[in-house]
Formats: sequence, structure tokens, C-alpha cells
Amino acid sequence: MLTLQFVPYEEVEELTSNERIKKLLGMVKDERIVVLEGRLRKQEEAELIRRTMEEINERFKGIEVSVVYPEKKKGTFGRKLKSNIAEMLLGDRQGLTILGPASLIKEIRKDPDKIQLFTQERKAKKKKR
Amino acid sequence: MLDVVQKFIQKVLRELFRRRRNLKLGLYGPPNGGKTTLANRVCQDWLGEDMGIVSSIPHETREIKIKEQISIKSGKKELSFNLVDTPGIATKIDYEDFVKHGLSVKKAKQRAKEATKGVIDAIKWLDDMDAVVVVLDSTYDPYSQVNITIIGNLQARNIPVLIVANKMDLKKSDMKKVEAAFPQYNVVGISAKYGKNMDKFYEALFALVK
Ligand SMILES: Nc1nc2c(ncn2[C@@H]2O[C@H](COP(=O)(O)OP(=O)(O)OP(=O)(O)O)[C@@H](O)[C@H]2O)c(=O)[nH]1
Ligand SMILES: [Mg+2]
Repeated sequence: MLTLQFVPYEEVEELTSNERIKKLLGMVKDERIVVLEGRLRKQEEAELIRRTMEEINERFKGIEVSVVYPEKKKGTFGRKLKSNIAEMLLGDRQGLTILGPASLIKEIRKDPDKIQLFTQERKAKKKKR
Repeated sequence: MLDVVQKFIQKVLRELFRRRRNLKLGLYGPPNGGKTTLANRVCQDWLGEDMGIVSSIPHETREIKIKEQISIKSGKKELSFNLVDTPGIATKIDYEDFVKHGLSVKKAKQRAKEATKGVIDAIKWLDDMDAVVVVLDSTYDPYSQVNITIIGNLQARNIPVLIVANKMDLKKSDMKKVEAAFPQYNVVGISAKYGKNMDKFYEALFALVK
């Protein structure tokens, strides 16, 4: 079963970096794909990788992360980085950070219909109720 | 007030020592990009010896390796540094991938365990670097989150970065794409394996640490 979890910025805004990473990693380890409103700080991204490595075992194979900027065009990453150093260091509510368990993402990559399948399954379930 | 002065003096002293002691030049990047191949190339060029083991199986380097006192020369310029080869940084490690590469299950699990520790060390060592060469496989999409995280963290720490678009000998290599992804950085296309464009790489190193 595929579960998407949306996390509004407000839900992580007040947390310390530690708590924030723990929360996100916890959800991913729970086999959920997390859609976080906003972005992590650069240091938090590195810390997230570090913590992920500590958690890896035969069942949990790690994570996949992707950050989507609202105005992101290919090729603008660098320029954006330069003009927004402060913003980058602080993290903010712009954009979306998507993260999920690596093994689950791999399955979806192999068979993209799966996502559709999962969502259809959900709809069907809802209708029944 | 005295406190401020003291802090200032400490900072100046630290800067001075930073220059005195040997500069640490780190090789960073995702697994399999060619960091160790490049390290070996540099060591062969200036010391006549190898530095580490290269493999087509990712996560070959699982411990930080340092080669001390490499001096490179170009005309009247000379540059000395300690070269630091690091384990490739990844967000996922699956021992089954190593099994597919022909390792026994036991060996694969062991490699995975060591690889996770290697990634942790590489991240820890970021703070210690004076300058970093990010080695990317130019046949891959450069817009990966790992690349962005590595380069972003170096920038956040004010560590000078040179990007190497490696494996330019391969047909699928796309150096333009790497340049487009990181336009504010100097990008040098090389083939570490065949020693192509190494003169350009050394020139860029001089410019990096000035
Ligand atoms: N064609 C080609 N292959 C290369 C080049 N540089 C490295 N390789 C190959 O890429 C593979 C990985 O090289 P390594 O030097 O072990 O890569 P690494 O970045 O040190 O990898 P890790 O230690 O696992 O992080 C090996 O099979 C190398 O022979 C190059 O310039 N061209
Ligand atoms: Mg290596």
C-alpha cells in the first residue's frame, strides 16, 4: 500500500533541526512518501543523509530525496543559489521536498503504473464508504 | 570590548595557521564518479605512485584516505596540499546491488555496512576541507539531490569548489549539462582514466586555492 503524507510547513517550522529530521525520517521508515511544504536547510540535508546511513539495514535501504522549486527551470539552479544564499541556509517554505523509502521508489520506477494503481485503489475504497 | 578584541586576534591567528599548515584538498562526489581514479592520476603525475583501489562496483572507497605533501608545479607556481579521497556520498545503499555485481551475500552485506559508515565519515570531514574538487560522472544527470546537497553544504561553509565533469572519453558524456547545472562554478571536463585534459585540471586547481 502506498501512502502519501503531506506535511505543511507549519508542522515543522517550530521544530529544532534535530526534531525535524527525526520526524521526516520516521515517516519515511514507516513506508510513507512524504511531501513537505518547503525546504530543509543545507546542513539539515547533510544531517538527514547522515542519519539515514545510521538507520540502514537489510530491510531499510535508505531514502530518495528530491526538491522541487516552484520556479525551477533546468539550468537556473546555480543562479538561484547565488542570489538566495541566506534563504538557502535558513530553509524556507518555498518549493516542495519529496522524500521516500528508496526501495519503494525503486518499485515505482520499475512500474510507474503502480502509482496510478494505488491511487485508484484509494478512490475505489472511498467510494465504497 | 576586550572580549571582542581577543576574539579578533584569535581569528587572525587561526587564519595565519590555516595558511601555514598543509592545505587539505578533498575529493567529493557520488559513488563511482571517479574520485579515486583522479586521486591515482594526480599521485602518479607528481609522486609516481597510486593512492587507492578503483572499481566498477560502487562504494569501493569506504574509508577516508589521505596522501600527504603533494606538490604540483606549473611554470613558477607551486602548490602543496594533502589530497583527501573520500567515500562516495549516497542517500541509499542496498546490499542486493552488490550481489548483482557478483559479491556473495555475506560480502555484500559487509560492504553495505562499511559503505554507510564511509558516507557518515565523508560528511563529517566536510568541515575540515580547505578546498574541494567535486567529481561527477558526466554521463549522468547532474541535477541529483546528492550533488546539490554536497555543493550547497560546501558553499554554506565557504569552502572553494571546483567541479570536475569526469569520463569525458565516453560518448554519453555531456559536459555542457554539468556546466548548465552549476553556472557559478568552474567546471573542467576531464578523463581521469585516460589522463585527458589534466593540464586544464591543474590550472584550475591553482586558480581554486590561489
Ligand atoms: N571511461 C571512464 N571510466 C572512468 C573514468 N574515471 C573513472 N572511471 C571508472 O569508473 C569506475 C569508478 O571509478 P572510481 O575511481 O573507483 O570511482 P570513485 O568515485 O572513487 O568511487 P567510490 O570510491 O565508490 O565512491 C571505475 O570502473 C573506473 O575505471 C574516466 O575518466 N573514464
Ligand atoms: Mg573511490
